[in-house]
Amino acid sequence: MCLGIPGRISAILDEANSLVEVDVAGVKRSVDAVCVAEVDVPLSDLIGTWVLIHVGFAMSRIDEAEALETLRILAEIGELDGELAAMRDSQEARNSHEAMEIQG
Amino acid sequence: MRFIDEFRDPALAEKLFTEIAQTAKRIGAVRERPVTIMEVCGGHTHTIFRYALESRMPDNVQFAHGPGCPVCVLPRGRVDDAITIARRPEVIFTTFGDAMRVPGAEGSLIQARAAGADVRMVYSPLDALALAVANPDREVVFFALGFETTTPSTALTVLRAARSGVRNFSLLCHHITIIPTLRALLEQPDFPIDGFIGPGHVSMVIGTKPFHFIPEEFGLPLVVAGFEPLDVLQSLLMVLRQIEMGRACVENQYSRVVPPDGNKAAMAAVAQVYETRPQCEWRGLGTIAESGVRLAEPWAAFDAERRFEPAARHTPDPEGCRCNEVLVGRIRPWDCAAFGTTCRPDAPLGALMVSSEGACAAYYQYQGMKGAA
Repeated sequence: MCLGIPGRISAILDEANSLVEVDVAGVKRSVDAVCVAEVDVPLSDLIGTWVLIHVGFAMSRIDEAEALETLRILAEIGELDGELAAMRDSQEARNSHEAMEIQG
Repeated sequence: MRFIDEFRDPALAEKLFTEIAQTAKRIGAVRERPVTIMEVCGGHTHTIFRYALESRMPDNVQFAHGPGCPVCVLPRGRVDDAITIARRPEVIFTTFGDAMRVPGAEGSLIQARAAGADVRMVYSPLDALALAVANPDREVVFFALGFETTTPSTALTVLRAARSGVRNFSLLCHHITIIPTLRALLEQPDFPIDGFIGPGHVSMVIGTKPFHFIPEEFGLPLVVAGFEPLDVLQSLLMVLRQIEMGRACVENQYSRVVPPDGNKAAMAAVAQVYETRPQCEWRGLGTIAESGVRLAEPWAAFDAERRFEPAARHTPDPEGCRCNEVLVGRIRPWDCAAFGTTCRPDAPLGALMVSSEGACAAYYQYQGMKGAA
């Protein structure tokens, strides 16, 4: 919850709701990018950007070296697998009941 | 004891250990008392134990493992309220995995689930909101907990629910704030801490300015730190250097993630959705004024406390629990008679045994009982 996990923004899912897809060590899931978006800059500019993700929200942009090192450390302290499993399971649950139409 | 080659840059780690030892020696030459540095955040506690940083500390430098694990400080009465709501037949009760293990007076949410309550683990509050959309005939409640790091995520989820017109979604809000809590600790008589390693991801949200009262009013240094072992070592060295020079200020070791002013979008959402609670209860620390938030009046429809009116119970910490003394470094975990006997990770009595970020659980996991030696 507090450490966060790095992921790379791979696609824009919903510009109006600032939902993007991130790739976290091969696991894809949707996250809210409003806290890393800039006013008057299209979200698509974020594609390829590494971000630190806390409970489904991208909270900070980070550089690639920082991201890869953080992933390595999370794996080493045994936090990575659990976090990835939680991300994957919850995303599958969301996909399965097609609840992605949360619009604002 | 870890091997030094586990560090990303072993040479740099050695250099930092050497400089910490030299600085501690110079401090030791002019003061008798050991230097006690509190790491505020449970993430740092985890790093310190995983890399056995304490085993490489000079004799006159010790860590006190602070209150910054939100799961650990969740009070028993709050868990009891959560279970009361979770047992309602119309409710799908959701929360983070860690929170499900926390014992209340009547067991944990995991035990409530085993007894038939619909309790589900989610990764994100957005997943709880998605469950509400998918289950319009049920009431989905999200047990929102955490410090400033996760507070914006639930605020943004409430705003999203309101925009979407979702009516069967609510929060049991137990978000807590670190600044009033640090102040309460600092105002204790004979507070035995000489400096702080500050929380990196809380600061990512709120910035570094809210910590300025610590040097300005209490004369103690604080260095906001990242979570790599090298970050923690470098931050510790920065704190020790301030102590050596008789200085006290806020420094930011984690500037690659923490901007001085924090994250504006996150703080705007928090300001819009929440109001300060007059009082907030902490496991191990008692009640601290203005140390938590609740949903503000315009968002009352999303407040599970207003919707389900649980008893808001106060359940005192269990007898024999000395977490409050461990939290501020007055005693070490093994000085508590319950440690490893009536209080274990599989059956935690006190806050600090609940999560791997709690000091007692970390000692138990990484050092077993040998800390007592």
